[in-house]
Amino acid sequence: MSAAPTTETKPTPSPVETITVKVDGKAVTVPKLSPDHTGTMVPTNMIQACFAAGTTVPHYCYHPKLPIAGNCRMCLVEFGTPAMGPDRKPILNADGSPKITKAPRPAIACATPVSPGMEIYCSTPSVKQMREGVLESLLINHPLDCPICDQAGECKLQEYSVDYGQSASRFVESKVHKPKRIDLGPRIVLDAERCILCTRCIRFTRDVAGDDALGIVNRGSYNTISTFPGKPFDNNYTLNTVDICPVGALTSKDFRFQMRVWFLKETKSVCTSCATGCSITAGSREDKVYRYEPRENDAVNATWMCDAGRLNYKWINRPDRLKDVVVRGEKSNWTFALKEISDQLAAAPKGSVAIIASARQTNEELFLIRKLATKLGAITDSIPRIGSGDSLLVNADKNPNVNGARLNGICFTETGINLAKIASGIEQGSIKTLLVFGEDVLKRSIASEQLKEKETTSEVVEEHSITATLLGKLETLIVSDILPNQTTKLAHILLPGAAHVEKRGSFTNTKGRVQKFMQAIQPPGDARAEWEFLHELVYNVTGQNGFKSIEGLFNQMAKEVPAYNGLSWSGLGDTGATVAI
Amino acid sequence: MPQEHRLILKNIDQPGYTPDIECYLKHGGYEVLKKALAIQPKDLPEGKKQSGPEQIRDDVKLSGLRGRGGAGFSAGLKWSFVDRRSGKPIYLICNADESEPGTFKDRQIIHKDPHQLIEGMVISCYANDVKLAYIYIRGEMPEGARILNQAIAEAKAKGFLGKNICGSGYELEIHVHRGAGAYICGEETGLIESLEGKRPYPRIKPPYFPAVLGLYLCPTIVNNVETLCHVKHIVAMGGAEYAKLGTPNNTGTRIVSLSGQVKKPGYYEIEVGKATLGELINDPAFGGGLRDGRQLKAIIPGGSSSKVLKAGERFKLKRKAEGKEVEQEVGVLDLPYDFDSLAAAGTMSGSSAIIVIDDSTDIVEALANLSEFYAHESCGQCTPCREGSLWMSKTLHRLTHGGGRAGDADYLVKIADNIPGGRTICAFGEACSWPVQSFVAKFKDDFVAKGKADEEKRAKESAAKH
Ligand SMILES: Cc1cc2nc3c(=O)[nH]c(=O)nc-3n(C[C@H](O)[C@H](O)[C@H](O)COP(=O)(O)O)c2cc1C
Ligand code: SF4
Ligand code: SF4
Ligand code: SF4
Ligand code: FES
Repeated sequence: MSAAPTTETKPTPSPVETITVKVDGKAVTVPKLSPDHTGTMVPTNMIQACFAAGTTVPHYCYHPKLPIAGNCRMCLVEFGTPAMGPDRKPILNADGSPKITKAPRPAIACATPVSPGMEIYCSTPSVKQMREGVLESLLINHPLDCPICDQAGECKLQEYSVDYGQSASRFVESKVHKPKRIDLGPRIVLDAERCILCTRCIRFTRDVAGDDALGIVNRGSYNTISTFPGKPFDNNYTLNTVDICPVGALTSKDFRFQMRVWFLKETKSVCTSCATGCSITAGSREDKVYRYEPRENDAVNATWMCDAGRLNYKWINRPDRLKDVVVRGEKSNWTFALKEISDQLAAAPKGSVAIIASARQTNEELFLIRKLATKLGAITDSIPRIGSGDSLLVNADKNPNVNGARLNGICFTETGINLAKIASGIEQGSIKTLLVFGEDVLKRSIASEQLKEKETTSEVVEEHSITATLLGKLETLIVSDILPNQTTKLAHILLPGAAHVEKRGSFTNTKGRVQKFMQAIQPPGDARAEWEFLHELVYNVTGQNGFKSIEGLFNQMAKEVPAYNGLSWSGLGDTGATVAI
Repeated sequence: MPQEHRLILKNIDQPGYTPDIECYLKHGGYEVLKKALAIQPKDLPEGKKQSGPEQIRDDVKLSGLRGRGGAGFSAGLKWSFVDRRSGKPIYLICNADESEPGTFKDRQIIHKDPHQLIEGMVISCYANDVKLAYIYIRGEMPEGARILNQAIAEAKAKGFLGKNICGSGYELEIHVHRGAGAYICGEETGLIESLEGKRPYPRIKPPYFPAVLGLYLCPTIVNNVETLCHVKHIVAMGGAEYAKLGTPNNTGTRIVSLSGQVKKPGYYEIEVGKATLGELINDPAFGGGLRDGRQLKAIIPGGSSSKVLKAGERFKLKRKAEGKEVEQEVGVLDLPYDFDSLAAAGTMSGSSAIIVIDDSTDIVEALANLSEFYAHESCGQCTPCREGSLWMSKTLHRLTHGGGRAGDADYLVKIADNIPGGRTICAFGEACSWPVQSFVAKFKDDFVAKGKADEEKRAKESAAKH
């Protein structure tokens, strides 16, 4: 180390210690330590070095977010280490390269740490033979269910069979038969014959979800995944086991037999059921959502999501979705309604308009509402939605975008503190026009309406003083919403809105993570994404323009709203960016 | 003529010898423990001091003692791997699971001389700074567990266990834990899991080497019952003196469990390598030969997991003679019964259980029997063993129940070849595949003939139908 003076105030990060190894002859440098499933730094394993070198190592039981089990034996590789002389210095070949001693036995790449100078061999005849052997063992007792199996198309057994399988089985004995429809819990069904006993599900529920609910009974080839007698597998994370099950053994009761996976369009999205905002993939076909699955995002949800959030999509396809623009009880159209609203707002005296926005709206929508509110001198707020949280993912705040509403100046330290002011404004007649976005302001303390199988989230809208009688005093009540409710019934002008999977936008989660989501399906009927009509309204009322695309809108917000300075729509990528909150 | 050399078995089966502490004390019991505790720190040349426990550990290394549980690993070396700097407690576990088919030596000690084991354990624990030790005893030996618990209570009452042992200030507790009846609980990491109250799934190594991450992820020593008893005698005699017993690199004595078709099955203690397989089977002091009119067919030399030896087989062994290494051809019966000679013959002395098979036995049936055991005992954690063990057993069942094919011999070997050699988590993979590989390799004609006969029979039957 030189003693050169430095003006730097920040401590220089200590250099990461690295190890260089060779994978099938290709040198690759990896950190000496890598995070395990808890984030603790542990020695980097061969499989990670292989991945870093771009070499795939087939594996079943290994999962980067789970403790290592090393039981499937699919990842066996051969390896060698530099030979050491008596002086503990590497012995060199004639050409000066280090002499490598090949290990007498193979090692599982998922659990064997790399060491300096190690050479890993992934494509020797013997490695290929070992993989074939493991695969054959896995297949001999496996049922031939592929044509009716939900996993078909995303099954690791199918996948590796193409690479290492024999076309004809030499197995002539009778297969082991096991139960094929075990009800593990309210949301999960196990087909024990399809199970390859990788224990991913066991490790997930024990070590990640903290519920030691699954285990193995019997011995040897008769081993079977089981719950404790009389104790169903029922925590709020059970469906993650379906995702990580490498075969079709664990199926979701919700998704079972609903759709062949290869027909599903996959769209990157974000869960809206709490302030955590888990990254998800929405699977849809022909404008119908069939499932949500968690999408890897280490800044938010690792690779998990809760069951309640996952199953909270059915309302999107509800037949009673609002599809029409309705003006004073008459079916109308957007052109007419927007003109009417624009004219009214433009004429409204300052302070006579109030806006109750929703913390389920996107950053972009809230940004536009702020512009409107500023111009109109409108008092704004949104509705709190508080339930219970846990220590893994679920946040007690059931709104996905309270921070977006806060940073855009729609609501304040505490959501809902302006509601009383709005109520008294209406009462006293100073507020004559109320805009409500995506909230039933008359709803009180009601549990989540969506989750039929099991109430895993409770959603409570706290008490406030806005009542139906009060809403009756308004000259104009303008409501934009997705589903019919008490408030939409009273609306003078009713605008059908779009669910998040029907539009693009971004949310700011509880930790300030800004994540964008893409459009999976079309909204029904005349329903429209709120930001689309809001930018028209803003233009009409304020004269400000330029927000015709979601990219432009986000980038404008990033410019104008200090918290978002420096962000750009494209810069958000798939996993988002964090802002100070 | 080789004779028994009874060191461990010295008092066992002697008239009037009982398992209680009074009897043990009458025969000089716990004197070696007192000697061990009294060892004074020794000055080393560099001015350092070597503690009593360190001296015992050195002595065990010097004795050349190799584990009597199966693998024959150096006990001194095993103890030297223990992580003594972790700040965590060090545990010692006595492996009393004795489940390897053919093996019945540890139970003699447990049932008939339990205090010898306890004395050996207290000395071993003292040598390794262990304050808490366990005896993991096979579930099917409830009487053994009762006797051990009784012995522990007696030893405690006399101050050989518990706090301040023999006034030395050293403190140790021993608990007896009964297994629930699974062979795999004898595998040391499966045993540890079981002791922790879990399913006995053997652990992956790395990272879970018991010496570093053993019981409750603390440094742990696992030794066989007999191994721990030998420690007592090493301390009594001194390591160098002990090493004179047996043969170089195969020191001490060893209890052999002899079973199968011999006149006098039983347990015999010999100096390691000082008797040959043939002598153990045929000498009047040991097996006394095969039953009249029977011919030797095969020998399983080291517990059911070891590779079978065929009568008449010959091996080239490297021997040291007058300082030079010479190659010598020996017949199977002339193999000295020790670790290295059996390894050189391609098998192992394993748990030192010899199973003798004569010509009245159908070798295919014998293997079918063994394979059924392994299929039943595989814990099922890792793929090759889980599926392969049952596959082999099903094949052998078919082959012994009229459904054989001439090709089944090769078919069996192919299945077996996919299991051992580091493909599995624990050595059970070897244990279940070695018998199949070796039986079929050495008795292929028997397997092929059986399959062929079945094929012909089926062909005839189907011809008769048409
Ligand atoms: C499948 C299997 C079963 C075993 N069963 C026993 C047993 O019953 N008793 C025993 O002492 N060792 C058994 N072992 C060996 C132990 O893993 C371990 O090596 C031994 O207890 C160490 O003691 P030692 O060094 O004193 O021999 C078994 C090993 C395997 C792989
Ligand atoms: S059910 Fe699936 S995840 Fe669980 S052990 Fe079986 S194959 Fe693995
Ligand atoms: S934790 Fe929150 S964001 Fe994540 S899936 Fe559940 S409800 Fe959705
Ligand atoms: S080798 Fe067999 S007994 Fe050992 S862990 Fe694997 S399945 Fe279990
Ligand atoms: S991935 Fe299963 S053993 Fe490595």
